[in-house]
Amino acid sequence: MVSLSPSPDRIPSPAVTPEQLETGNSLWHDAWSRLRKNKLAVFGGVTLIVLGLLCGIGPFFTQSYQTQNLDLGATPPSAAHWLGTDTLGRDLFSRILFGGRISILVGLVATFVALAIGVTYGAVSGFFGGKLDAFMMRIVDIMYALPFTIFVILLMVFFGRNIFLLFFAIGAVEWLTMARIVRGQIMTIKKMEYIEAARALGLGKRRIIFRHMIPNILGPIIVYTTLTIPAVMLLEAFLSFLGLGVQPPMSSWGVLIKDGAEKMEEFWWLLVFPGGVFSLTLFSLNFLGDGLRDALDVRSSKD
Amino acid sequence: MLRFTFRRLLQIIPVLWIIITATFFMIRFVPGGPFTAEKAVTPEILRNLEAHYGLDKPLYRQYFDYMGSLLRGDLGPSFKYPNRTVNEIIGDKLPTSLELGFISLAVALVLGITLGTLAAIKRNTWLDYVCSSSAMIGICVPTFVLGPLFVLTFAIHFQWLNASGWYGPSDRILPCLTLGCVYAAYIARLTRGGMLEVLNQDYIRTARAKGAGELRVVFKHAMRGGLLPVISFLGPGIAGILTGSFVIETIFQIPGLGREFVNSAFNRDYTLVLGTVILYATLIVVLNLVVDIVQIWLNPKLKFE
Repeated sequence: MVSLSPSPDRIPSPAVTPEQLETGNSLWHDAWSRLRKNKLAVFGGVTLIVLGLLCGIGPFFTQSYQTQNLDLGATPPSAAHWLGTDTLGRDLFSRILFGGRISILVGLVATFVALAIGVTYGAVSGFFGGKLDAFMMRIVDIMYALPFTIFVILLMVFFGRNIFLLFFAIGAVEWLTMARIVRGQIMTIKKMEYIEAARALGLGKRRIIFRHMIPNILGPIIVYTTLTIPAVMLLEAFLSFLGLGVQPPMSSWGVLIKDGAEKMEEFWWLLVFPGGVFSLTLFSLNFLGDGLRDALDVRSSKD
Repeated sequence: MLRFTFRRLLQIIPVLWIIITATFFMIRFVPGGPFTAEKAVTPEILRNLEAHYGLDKPLYRQYFDYMGSLLRGDLGPSFKYPNRTVNEIIGDKLPTSLELGFISLAVALVLGITLGTLAAIKRNTWLDYVCSSSAMIGICVPTFVLGPLFVLTFAIHFQWLNASGWYGPSDRILPCLTLGCVYAAYIARLTRGGMLEVLNQDYIRTARAKGAGELRVVFKHAMRGGLLPVISFLGPGIAGILTGSFVIETIFQIPGLGREFVNSAFNRDYTLVLGTVILYATLIVVLNLVVDIVQIWLNPKLKFE
């Protein structure tokens, strides 16, 4: 997985010459300073780090999300239970942290699947060009027109609600745009001298694509990855809301929102807090993605 | 133009064929049939049921039978609703879903284009910030959070509207607003971007120099170019509204096709699932084609690409 915050001393590729290393550095450096000036993007980044830490480490310090207290039942937010408890007396705060783990995990893994498929497909298509490119892009065009959400629903219904299938199914839906972006970028750099040089040195095609081309188009890939994560998390929550995603006793933000929506008439906090945290996460990811796009000056639009 | 339309129309056929075939076989290779849930069915009854619906024939025969009746426009009998055909069920439920979808789309377009245009004209003023940030909020609050929140506020707290159901005109407000808001947000962003790009162009300056009023410049000259990104978003947007209606119909208990689809998938009602998938796929593919054609019609530059 690529690092989401490009650090200034990060070397884009081990195979660049010293001169390129310097321009590479200043590119990331410029981007970093531009990003830091964008208040919303910084807010998004900080929020994500805090949420990630809370969900990652928090559950070790709070009580278990499964601990039931049937005598207690659903209570509104209080000092003992910051965000209240659900109808089984389970602490909502720790349930949100645990659910967040699953939601974030699905977001990252499924995005990684989409990234792997999309980058490879787009790179191959752009690199070889010609008839192969036309054929591969035609397939992408056709797949764009398909009602994929319906297929994901069918997959989840018929093949059991397995979380690994969920990763794969979502990833398999979300790679199309990445493939288009990568293809476009590869087409623009493939005529450049350093690729010519790599060819002249007799490097294999696979090595040229993965060692020389892809590291040089990391910018757009990073940007689009940041924008894919919220789309993926949204799809997961959508499926979980329909009862097709993550299954109990596991829980995700989508599951919590579904539970909350069923019980909101009496217990509003069960809906408002999970919904709020989920929206805040999407908000932060989108702002960070927009900020990164401006910082890295990616010309391609969002679609 | 005609050739393009014709070529794209021909492309629809293999796409739909792949969708139908893939769905057909996917459903059949799944463990559990439509009658497994029924309690205590004796083997004889099960055999009779299967014979009645043609499930005892070899798979390829079932496939050709299905395709044959499909060409005649017959989607077969439902497995779960005895004595009802899929055509009847769809005919019963589709109008509700279409109504929901169309009103939501109208809400999205009106709200989105208005907010986006305002934001573009008043660029970098408080109005722009208000419009742009409400668009961002609209994108980040998913329908299944927004819908229940609307119900909580307007139906339960203020008791202005019904929490669920689909009877009077007032029952349309909350579901259509919920479904429309998300897409209004996307459209507002696209409109703002498109209008900003157009408003900086020479022909707008020319129009202003000729003394055209601001309203005329915006609506007559800038809109046509500025709304192109919105048009190209309509394809995915319509698909999103169609699938989004699954959740909306569940939240507001609307008797539409979306809810029926999710239920039929749970019930393994093969023919009903297939019928709805075919219907949705056709709708989405055809609407995408219409959007493509409209786009080229509005933007002749695309003809050469």
